[in-house]
Amino acid sequence: MGYFELIISCIFVNNILLAQFLGNCPFLGTSKKMETAVGMAMAVVFVLVLAGTITWLVYAYILVPFNLVYLRTIAFIVVIASLVQFVEMFLKKSIPALYAGLGIFLPLITTNCAVLGVCVLNIDKEFNFMQALVASFMYAVGFGLALVLFAGARERILLARVPKPFQDTSIGLVTAGLFSLAFFAFQGMV
Amino acid sequence: MAKTLVQEFTKGLWNELPPFRLVLGLCPTLGVTTTMENGLGMGVATTFVLICGNILVSLLRNIIPPKVRIACFIIVIASFVIIVELLMQAYTYPLFLQLGVFIPLIVVNCILLGRAEAFAYKNPVVPSIADGMGIGIGFTLSLGALGALRETFGKGTLTVWGDMSYNFMDVFPSFEPFAFLVKAPGAFVCLGLMLCLLNIMGKK
Repeated sequence: MGYFELIISCIFVNNILLAQFLGNCPFLGTSKKMETAVGMAMAVVFVLVLAGTITWLVYAYILVPFNLVYLRTIAFIVVIASLVQFVEMFLKKSIPALYAGLGIFLPLITTNCAVLGVCVLNIDKEFNFMQALVASFMYAVGFGLALVLFAGARERILLARVPKPFQDTSIGLVTAGLFSLAFFAFQGMV
Repeated sequence: MAKTLVQEFTKGLWNELPPFRLVLGLCPTLGVTTTMENGLGMGVATTFVLICGNILVSLLRNIIPPKVRIACFIIVIASFVIIVELLMQAYTYPLFLQLGVFIPLIVVNCILLGRAEAFAYKNPVVPSIADGMGIGIGFTLSLGALGALRETFGKGTLTVWGDMSYNFMDVFPSFEPFAFLVKAPGAFVCLGLMLCLLNIMGKK
């Protein structure tokens, strides 16, 4: 698969949120305000690229040579958790402005299944290092795109008069369904 | 406030029914419920990890220092997820292939970490087991129900463990399946509608 197809496939066709259903808790949780949505999207892009490449290296150069492939899940989650912690400390010390922007979203990323999901998908699809790097970045871009678009729609919903039982999460899910339908149009492109 | 074990167990079935009342663990809920069988399989796997994780966290609750508790919970949960992964690979291989990436993702299911943090870390073993069973069974039933709904209307069939299958189209020959429901967008809409239905029922 060429890189162009890979990029289109990761952002649109297999959009991590709307087609693969990964990372839906932050998707619904942080999309009520545009500001938080942008913060979350940036944090995910940042961590996902690092996590995707580092877990690939850990898998290829530690787990496979030592025959420890079955420990993949635990190894990846430990890598992600410590990576998030490290990134948080690093940003706090050296780039306080960015830290203030990403703020509380960084620790939440440890349990964002989009991050672990992409790391596992990179391995399952047998990507090489460059492909894993590009795919991680593009999946993250897709995540950010969907999240920001959705937050825009959700800010409008706050102003609308929604029937009582549909309020909050319920209408959010139905709206997400419509977004998913829009992204569904890309199916079969690659 | 000494709650009985029965109360700990039943709260997971209604008051704190996982994907609906606590909006947690949405990814597997949306991702695997294209058929009832997948939904139930995912639910059982999650329940197993939930109960075992609760037991171990509860046993270790006096040893785990509060500062690193989240990391410890994740390691405990991840170990049980690996056990489930290997067991499913060995005994239910077709289901393992169907659920795919969602099995390792049980680790980051917020329900598990949430229960470890909110309940097992503060309570003795037996109530923790009851809590895990209640929440787990509630989760399994919810996934099963959502899967059954999507499969019945989306494909016109209902299959449970291979042999017991039921074809909707035999009964209503003019029934045309809504393929929309088994596709990605249908998952969101279906879950949204079920949540709305529960809200209406809960109001009474």
